[in-house]
Amino acid sequence: MSIYLDNSATTPLCESAKKKIAYILDECWGNPSSIHHLGVIAKDELDNARKIIASKLSCREDEIFFTSGGTESNNIAIFGAVEKMARRGNKIVTTSAEHPSVENAMKALENKGFNVVRLPVGENGSINIQDLIREVDEKTILVSVMLVNNELGSINPVQLIKKAVMMKKSPALIHCDAVQGFGKITIKAEKLGVDLMSISSHKIHGPKGAGALYIRKGVNIVSPVYGGGQEKGIRSGTEAMPAVCGFAAAAEELTDIEKNLESMKELRDNFVNKLQKIEGIRINSKKDALPYIVNFSAKGIPSQPMINYLSEREIYVSGGSACAKGHRSHVLLAAGLSPEDIDSAIRVSLSRFNTEEELDILCKNISNALNELRKV
Amino acid sequence: MKEIILIKNGELALKGLNRRTFEDMMIKNMRRRLEHVGKFTFTASQSTIMVESQDENADFDTAFSALKKVFGIAGLSRAAETEKDIEKIKKVAEEYLAEELMFAKTFKVNAKRSDKKFPLKSPEICMEVGGYLLEKFPNLTVDVHNPDIIVTVEVRDTAVYIHGNQHKGAGGMPSGSAGKAALLISGGIDSPVAGWMMAKRGLRLTGIHFVSPPYTSELAEKKVHELTRKVAAYSGRIKLYIVEFTKIQETIKDNCPEELFTIIMRRIMMKTAEKIARKEDCEALITGESLGQVASQTLKALACTDIVTEMPVFRPCIGMDKGEIVKISRDIDSFDTSILPYEDCCTVFTPKHPKTRPSVEEVEKAESAVDFTEMIEEAAESARFILID
Repeated sequence: MSIYLDNSATTPLCESAKKKIAYILDECWGNPSSIHHLGVIAKDELDNARKIIASKLSCREDEIFFTSGGTESNNIAIFGAVEKMARRGNKIVTTSAEHPSVENAMKALENKGFNVVRLPVGENGSINIQDLIREVDEKTILVSVMLVNNELGSINPVQLIKKAVMMKKSPALIHCDAVQGFGKITIKAEKLGVDLMSISSHKIHGPKGAGALYIRKGVNIVSPVYGGGQEKGIRSGTEAMPAVCGFAAAAEELTDIEKNLESMKELRDNFVNKLQKIEGIRINSKKDALPYIVNFSAKGIPSQPMINYLSEREIYVSGGSACAKGHRSHVLLAAGLSPEDIDSAIRVSLSRFNTEEELDILCKNISNALNELRKV
Repeated sequence: MKEIILIKNGELALKGLNRRTFEDMMIKNMRRRLEHVGKFTFTASQSTIMVESQDENADFDTAFSALKKVFGIAGLSRAAETEKDIEKIKKVAEEYLAEELMFAKTFKVNAKRSDKKFPLKSPEICMEVGGYLLEKFPNLTVDVHNPDIIVTVEVRDTAVYIHGNQHKGAGGMPSGSAGKAALLISGGIDSPVAGWMMAKRGLRLTGIHFVSPPYTSELAEKKVHELTRKVAAYSGRIKLYIVEFTKIQETIKDNCPEELFTIIMRRIMMKTAEKIARKEDCEALITGESLGQVASQTLKALACTDIVTEMPVFRPCIGMDKGEIVKISRDIDSFDTSILPYEDCCTVFTPKHPKTRPSVEEVEKAESAVDFTEMIEEAAESARFILID
């Protein structure tokens, strides 16, 4: 049996999503924009999917817009907000540890002449709200801060941003990339105080190719996607029904988030304890980070051979983020790790389906690897 | 920290000896509304209803917004519960209201001491707590006339409750306390508002919607389900009847003068609705008509439709401008659904030049070209229904 420990990269499809996708493909393949019966039942499915996602974010149904995934949600949110707000200012505040779909969007905006300020993250991988308060001003049009970091699992104080923005009398819209947090911690959109929020399907045991953008009611953005006006013009293009409905089916399984979090903490703590006993291991994730992600470095062994060694034994882990292969992780760099530790960083990312036995086997194999592999 | 919701009932307090009955009705409505949210208990004492949960993870956010839509409630607050100890009261006020106090400029403390055994008198509680909060939040100053936040400390028999500004409730009378009526609901803006207004006065609602397939679409009917759902969020469950009206409309079209089409159709709708209403034990009809808004809503036209039913017909929008109706429609969140562009059966076959000043005699004469009795009977009998929560 293989052991899958790379759930932040993607997750296996859950049974109910599989069933839903099959049903949509076989029986409900109509275009939800058609006005005949086949269209109407497809629209029912789409409406129902929207309802489920809305309930998982404790928001209104008309605040949910389906997209093709986290990257597209981030792009529509960022470019859409900037297009709308550009005449009110020129400054954008984000962090130095964002996912490439935010970071590279920011680079593009910088090239267009926007003043992008990247807040540093501390050793724990999260920003300090005081830094944000200092940077946000009346010319700031967008603040984009991720909820949970995909490499370290650190949690940012997103719920404080709105107050900071209000205090500084800034017109800024607040965007949050919540892809790694959705389903793992309880998210209530209104309480979080954000205007825009991105989530993704394939990180929660749903299919690839679906995601959603939350847009708070009353907030207007100008979507960079033009077409037939689906999703109220935010994301034109015929809805990817199998993926979207599969996404909702997977989201529906996300009950007991708090309980899962508790048991995950226990699982993580036991794992970290065992890991620490192995000579040459440095734990990079902090204790207050999301327990679903454990990042560590194995002294002297670069990530690649370690991943290969484990992969040969059907254990699947990752280096930094799966989205940034071949680059030295800017997140770990930002979190203050030494180049050597970054080059040997391993990320274990868990799902509610992982067990203690699996992690025990991982520990044993890491310890074997450290004995067998030559230091380089 | 234990949280609780405090409910103040408005008009109910004036109901004298019947107060208990109204209160019980309201509690029943609240209980039903929170059924899907979690386990909550309701206790009425000292003109307040306390909503509590034994479950630590109870979803108070959802419960609170659901209760905001229950008729009969004048005001409601989320409060923190603490012991009858002034030091604890201060600490809890500081912690529980931190987020609000941090961003406010002015405040005052309001104390209600219904437990007279508590050693400090109300003004003393205000001074103690106010002084403490001033010290902790340097951004605050006291304003007793028009403060941003009123910090209320209620010392009751059971415990002490601390809360910030009270939220406005939905007002009105508990659903069901005034009886039951049938709402003629189209896909427009006015009828859901009319239903909401009458439900606010304590009526339970049955919905009646007319469809004319194939002239009207499945989507148009779904839109009405959705509108009914918006009203039901306030009124509680609505049984929605769907009446097939195609045959009747075609018959009117074939046999009656074009200029009287709408008025005759509306008369027959009223008759059909009355039949269903009687079957459902409803004691009145409700429509969204507003005087002079369209040709069928002139005084003369209303006289022609009013005469066909023996039930009282409530038209709460009758004296309102469109803008006023739209405002309510936005407030109750039905507007965005109402303006979805689907044909409804009132717009099928509408004459180009409808008569604005029809006389009853003229209309009755034109209508007598066909005997509609059986068709009405059949339409009412064959109507299907769905339950909407």
